[in-house]
Amino acid sequence: MNDETVIRVENLAVSFGPRTIFKDVSFEVKRGEVFIILGGSGCGKSTLLKALIGIVPIAAGRAEMLGVDLAEADAEGRLGLLQRIGVMWQSGALFGNMTLSENVELPLEEHTDLPRPAREALARAKLGLVGLGDAAGRLPAEISGGMAKRAGIARAMALDPPLLILDEPSAGLDPITSAGLDKLILDIARSTGTTFVVVTHELQSILAIGDRCIMLDKEAQGMIATGKPRELRDTATHRTVRSFFRREAA
Amino acid sequence: MTEAFLTLRAAPEGRTLLLSGKLNAAGAAALWPVMTRALEEKPKAIDLSGVESLDSAGAILVLRAGNNVPVLGATPDVLAVLERNRAALKAAPLPAEAPRDFAPITAFGGTVFGSIQAALSGIAFAGEALVAAFRVLFRPRMFRGAEFLRHLDEIGLRAFPLTLLLGFLIGLILAYQSSIPLKRFGAEIFVPNLVGISLLRELGPLLAGVVLAGRTGSAFAAELGTMTVNEEVNALRIMGIDPMVMLVLPRLLAGILVMPALTLAMNLAGLAGMTVVMESLGFPWSAVSNQLQQWLSLGDLTGGLFKSACFGLVIAAIGCRAGLSAGFGPRAVGDAATAAVVGGIVAIVAMDGFFAILFFRLGI
Repeated sequence: MNDETVIRVENLAVSFGPRTIFKDVSFEVKRGEVFIILGGSGCGKSTLLKALIGIVPIAAGRAEMLGVDLAEADAEGRLGLLQRIGVMWQSGALFGNMTLSENVELPLEEHTDLPRPAREALARAKLGLVGLGDAAGRLPAEISGGMAKRAGIARAMALDPPLLILDEPSAGLDPITSAGLDKLILDIARSTGTTFVVVTHELQSILAIGDRCIMLDKEAQGMIATGKPRELRDTATHRTVRSFFRREAA
Repeated sequence: MTEAFLTLRAAPEGRTLLLSGKLNAAGAAALWPVMTRALEEKPKAIDLSGVESLDSAGAILVLRAGNNVPVLGATPDVLAVLERNRAALKAAPLPAEAPRDFAPITAFGGTVFGSIQAALSGIAFAGEALVAAFRVLFRPRMFRGAEFLRHLDEIGLRAFPLTLLLGFLIGLILAYQSSIPLKRFGAEIFVPNLVGISLLRELGPLLAGVVLAGRTGSAFAAELGTMTVNEEVNALRIMGIDPMVMLVLPRLLAGILVMPALTLAMNLAGLAGMTVVMESLGFPWSAVSNQLQQWLSLGDLTGGLFKSACFGLVIAAIGCRAGLSAGFGPRAVGDAATAAVVGGIVAIVAMDGFFAILFFRLGI
């Protein structure tokens, strides 16, 4: 990890019509960090993620990733940035009519000139990295939820992006699969220096993988805490933060 | 611009491949064909001392040489990427090639077997629907009236404008086309006979059936297919609710009741279209009406309406079955909708042929 800033968010606000989802959200993510966006259901975690990658319009403030502000970037700058970001969607979002290998090959086919054997080998390597080496020829409908999430990570990593964004990677998974996924994220982060932004509310995962985090709250319509997960767990004074980390009813 | 290079260095003890520059996706893509040729020379080693950076694509390029060609001069960072990808590839063995033998007998056998299975499954579906209908007869409160009314509205009322438009245009076209040869014999007055009988006995039920198959059969298949894919149908079964009773019967009954109404609308609109043409040819509507009353019988109308009720039942049943037997994934819903439309249209045409023979034998 070094001090190079990968993401810089300043006073970000998102609204749907008259309804404010969050406002005044500011944070920075350093290179090589596993950064967690956490909070209860409906607090706007996934919306913040979508605002970062330009799917949801920003009402106020700015978000800069890898030195590019998506809101201000032209089409070329936007495409260039998107090629340097990998996103794993909550459901995996694998294309149902393609095998896992073909899913991973798709971005390689679109954005590189690599010949087919190279793409196939690279897809195998990515799937091998996430432990799906023997499932390359299977369709998404033929694999479990945990495998779909791992395949989603493999596809997100296809172009070796320096920044990976994961939306609820452990949601709905059993503790063993979830722990395996946490280990995978840590292994990739430590061995490749990839920066991770992970949206989750799984306490075990947050404590296991998070270097730093921010916590959003629905009632506050924004950030209520920032820091290292273990420190927040042990020292937080905010009632909601304390309840969250101690699994207490609010 | 590519910033990766490959040089072949010859020495008495063997050739060495020198890779240098930035071995990223662009570099790997540019060097791939050169590397292919260079590897045919059976190099003794690969020298990576000139490599500034290496990503996964570059690693795949280097690893093409296999494990028997030693890698020299790599920096720790480059070596780490290389080893990580080597380990990942080792964990992902090459998938076995699927046999591509041309086996026409096996393929034919598979098709026949698949068709027999589909036919048996269709019979089982019909049997299940019949049993469910009997159960509902004895326990009418099991029948979901609200669902039934919703389907009546969706497949019936909302299909009327389209049916009327199509019927009017078909009547118009038939009348114009048939008037051309009949005019040569001065027999244009018989156009209402031809168009009327065609519409009431054949085209009315058939075209209304095509509308129902295209509009409703596909909708049934897509709706039930989505429910199947989302495991909603399994959830019903686990709750002890028979999907046949809750999902299929209301649709079948709606299909049976709606089709005669749509056919009647199609017939009337077609006759209206024909009347417009006859008026334009100089025949008053009273002459047209007289011809129709003289030549058309109640049997023509009721026979057509009876056929259409049968078509409605079959189209709805094929749509429901296609949906309930949908496979996995988003593609399954599209496949189910296609199967419903194709199956529905083929079935009504085949049934129409059967009814033509039956009515002929019965003298209807």
